[in-house]
Amino acid sequence: MVVRFFALYRERAGANTHQLELPEGATVADLTSEMRRLFPRLAPPEVDIVVAVNTDYAEPDTVLKNGDDICLIPPVSGG
Amino acid sequence: MAESMIELTHDTLDPEKITAQVRRDSNGAVVTFLGNTRNNFEGKQVLRLEYEAYEEMALKKLGEVRDELRAQFGLEDIAIAHRIGTVPIGETSLVVAVASPHRKDAFEACQAAVDRIKEIVPIWKKEVFEDSSRWVACEDHEFDSHQHNPPGEAAESAHTHQL
Repeated sequence: MVVRFFALYRERAGANTHQLELPEGATVADLTSEMRRLFPRLAPPEVDIVVAVNTDYAEPDTVLKNGDDICLIPPVSGG
Repeated sequence: MAESMIELTHDTLDPEKITAQVRRDSNGAVVTFLGNTRNNFEGKQVLRLEYEAYEEMALKKLGEVRDELRAQFGLEDIAIAHRIGTVPIGETSLVVAVASPHRKDAFEACQAAVDRIKEIVPIWKKEVFEDSSRWVACEDHEFDSHQHNPPGEAAESAHTHQL
């Protein structure tokens, strides 16, 4: 599956997207663990990495499916 | 009701035009909020702001804010426009226009809308200084640790860890 980065996370990852394989039944929490392993500087450990799946905020136990639109959402600052 | 009152644009915002979308003869009150780009952060001069959005989701969340406000305050007429891309200092990055029969609801709903936008809509702003830049993340000061560094010089260490 493909994960998209925005703003701060895009700069810290040094990429717009990252392609990875996760086992069947993997959750959002599994994804964020893997992203922290791959990109240790993405976010400090005490900060939860927020994930959007198909344009909605997802819970850690949300199960990911092939074809989902998955984005890592740094703290927002619109306005 | 019109569903066209949510907008993300790279262009200059026109508050009069956006406000006109919510005016009607049954509304005695119109409140329009303008969010403008500020020229300083902690004493440092800000040269410009750069806004980035996850556009598809931002439009959806702006629509949810509008729908929440309609339900909460029982009003219909809300228009929201957010500018993205580079916004020079002193220009408007956000316009929220709310109209209602009486002023109290319009004031309260407008403030609630701006608060909610800042909370849930995936838009990010970066302050660009003479010698560095900083993603603004008002809720999370932990993120400040890297942000005053120029690109490529971000701190190595502090947050490296294995799960």
